[in-house]
Amino acid sequence: MNWESISAKFERVRTGETDLQKKIRGLRRRLTLLLAVVGPGLITSNVDNDAGGISVYTQAGAQYGYALLWSLIPMTIALYVTEEMCARMGVVTGKGLSDLIREEFGFRPTFFVMVTGFFVDLANVVAEFAGVAAAMQIFGISKYIAVPLAAMLVWVLVIRGTYRQVEVIFLFACVLYLSYVFSAFLAKPDWLIAAKETVIPNLSLSSGYLLMLTGLVGTTIAPWQFFYLQAGFVEKKVGPRQYPQARADVLIGSISCMVIVFFIIVCTAATLYTSGHRDITDAAQAAQALIPLAGKWAGTLFAFGLLNASLFAASILPLSTAHVICEGLGFEAGLDHKFKEAPIFYWLYTILIVVGAGVVLLPHAPLWKILIFSQVGNGIWLPVVVIFILLLVNRRDLMGEYVNTMTFNIVAWATAIGMIVLTLILTYTAIFQPGAPAP
Amino acid sequence: MDIYATELMGAKAYDAAGNYVGRVREFFIEPAEAPNRVSHYLLSRGNFQPLVAKHNQVASVAAGKLELNVSERALELYKPNESWLAVQKDLLDQQIIDTRGRKVVRVNDVELAPFRTNGNVELRLTQVDVGLPGAVRRLLQGVVPSAVVRKLQSKLPQGSIRWEFVNLVEPDPLRRGKLRITHEKLEDLHPADIAEIMEHLSAAERQGIIASLDEETAAAVLAELDERLTTQIVEKLDPEKAADILEEMAPDAAADLLADLSKETSEELLDEMPGREADEVRELLEFDPGKAGGMMNTDFAFVGEASTRDEVLEWLRGQELNLDQLDTIVLLDPSAQFSGTVPVARLLLAAPDQRMTELKMEPLLSLPPNADDKEVFELFDKYNLRMLTVVDEENRPIGTITVDDVVSKLVKD
Repeated sequence: MNWESISAKFERVRTGETDLQKKIRGLRRRLTLLLAVVGPGLITSNVDNDAGGISVYTQAGAQYGYALLWSLIPMTIALYVTEEMCARMGVVTGKGLSDLIREEFGFRPTFFVMVTGFFVDLANVVAEFAGVAAAMQIFGISKYIAVPLAAMLVWVLVIRGTYRQVEVIFLFACVLYLSYVFSAFLAKPDWLIAAKETVIPNLSLSSGYLLMLTGLVGTTIAPWQFFYLQAGFVEKKVGPRQYPQARADVLIGSISCMVIVFFIIVCTAATLYTSGHRDITDAAQAAQALIPLAGKWAGTLFAFGLLNASLFAASILPLSTAHVICEGLGFEAGLDHKFKEAPIFYWLYTILIVVGAGVVLLPHAPLWKILIFSQVGNGIWLPVVVIFILLLVNRRDLMGEYVNTMTFNIVAWATAIGMIVLTLILTYTAIFQPGAPAP
Repeated sequence: MDIYATELMGAKAYDAAGNYVGRVREFFIEPAEAPNRVSHYLLSRGNFQPLVAKHNQVASVAAGKLELNVSERALELYKPNESWLAVQKDLLDQQIIDTRGRKVVRVNDVELAPFRTNGNVELRLTQVDVGLPGAVRRLLQGVVPSAVVRKLQSKLPQGSIRWEFVNLVEPDPLRRGKLRITHEKLEDLHPADIAEIMEHLSAAERQGIIASLDEETAAAVLAELDERLTTQIVEKLDPEKAADILEEMAPDAAADLLADLSKETSEELLDEMPGREADEVRELLEFDPGKAGGMMNTDFAFVGEASTRDEVLEWLRGQELNLDQLDTIVLLDPSAQFSGTVPVARLLLAAPDQRMTELKMEPLLSLPPNADDKEVFELFDKYNLRMLTVVDEENRPIGTITVDDVVSKLVKD
């Protein structure tokens, strides 16, 4: 062997190494790019699994076992398609959804969207605090202590924290949803059937089943989340160059949201459904019922998941609502202003928290009715918001080359119409058949 | 009496003979002719092509009613015109910059004052309403009688901006030219205020503002802006313009900006810059941004330690220095090595023939470029420094870190 071939071999080894290093560096670079953008999509989708949502998933599992799992895949697609449009609008125009509605549709439509939004969100906030109360009751803590504490916590977090800190806390809260994964494993479900039911649609035409299906869609896709998502990307100053990362964030968010839903349904299906506890009406009851069936830990983790979800949504909703309304109507908004500079913003924020927590504390609070009202409100508000989104995202003067493609439009309109029909059914039954399974 | 745009929109228009002509659907200002006068009214009448009434064809204006002093036949057909500012489309509900309040606001309504000139009435735009009264008017106009709305709004806190202090934002440069939109009023603001205003605008609008500012202001604004926005803006600028702006920036700020861009873009921009400035920035780019070298600025004033106060002052007058930033002077010994610093305040009070060596700060402090930023912060804190010298291996000064570099670094982390 001569010297030249040896050195050639060495050369190859060395360049091979640098190739690998380059690849790793490329990978690391791509990961940093993604991490700089990740947040809004992941947070928004997870906040979707709020107190109301978890109640519905629990009932779906308790009443129908694994039979509704197949709906999660189409729901993931619907969630992704609608959220992606908002992410794209935020990234391309650099403006929030309420800003765009105001600029393109004028004052009155904006005003009505905002006023409806305020009341619907207020009902949602009440539902979140009710979730806090229910979860803490399982831990043996009275709601008269838990709810005021939770309201204070929410208030301090938002007033004292910077956007970055708050986002980190929220991302951490996303991780806490994993408690549902653990309780699902503790419940020892039949994974084979669960997998089968997820992939193969199992459509039954009984009215109760259809209602539950509608409830699932209605609680998973809430109208306020579009405003929050788009504002999140604008706030993070994500530009069109980072659009692929933003899209990945939304995709990861939609999938992770549905994965959690999967585990909640599996957990309740394996325990409550199998043992015949099928008349569960909310998540707290489910947690209680889980303790004798799957052990103390499963129940505790389930209740903890509910607490986390309720607190998480209760932190985001009031702030996001106050922001959206003020921006749309042209009032000063944001925590970097003093009370005197942005009085309307602070008043809205305070009312949302105080009334939201206060209603739960009323001795004979009609929580059940408020939950229904929040659901109905979401149902009425959603079609309006989605139609605004679709009209805006197709405007070439706003979006340039980023307008919807034909295929995307077909999928998006089909999703929108499907969602509208389902939520209208839900709304109808919620109003006229208050005893029906959907909350 | 003043009239609001909301009250005028949808007003019925009648010609000189009292015949109904159509409804006012829009009105325009032609800034090239007069900066605040309503020049044309668009009158629409169902399926017919809309007509345009000129400002000298209007006899009287009141809420809900417009009277012309000519017959319908004298009116022209409407043709869209890019150099007209449409009050409804371009102004209402849009964001504008309040140059006096130094913030971005949204227009709720526009206030117009009538002026009687020979035989006709001209409307002049006086204020834009960004407060609660405008919002209430927009909501209730047409639903509740005007008089009730006016009574209601008088009870609300006012929020109006005089038209002189309004700066429109128009991303399209051609349209901006036609509408005579300049950013003169904006340029008078502090760069930090302009930067904050820009953070509230959309990407296209930010781009429009930077492109129309002079290079010096643009450079100062970019230095103040959130770095994520800076990269987005510079990437989209014409490279020649971007290089001109970078040239106006302090070398350390330029290097920070370039470090965030892709390798190709930053090379392209450096090639566009004049050789000396580009070399300075290239040198700075070599340093790790987390070290003293990455924080320093290579633009600093240095003199021989043996020179007298008068000699130094004479020399300083002849130099092109950024006077706002100059507060310490670096001293060199005969072998061009670092020998100390003199604050300008000491220079000010010294006798004319006093030598620099006598005015030196104690202790003698300097750092190598690879020193950690923590070390820098500690020195600034311990000795209450306003400036610190960075030296190479042979103890020759290569740059200085000023207290504002430290503050921005601390805030960023």
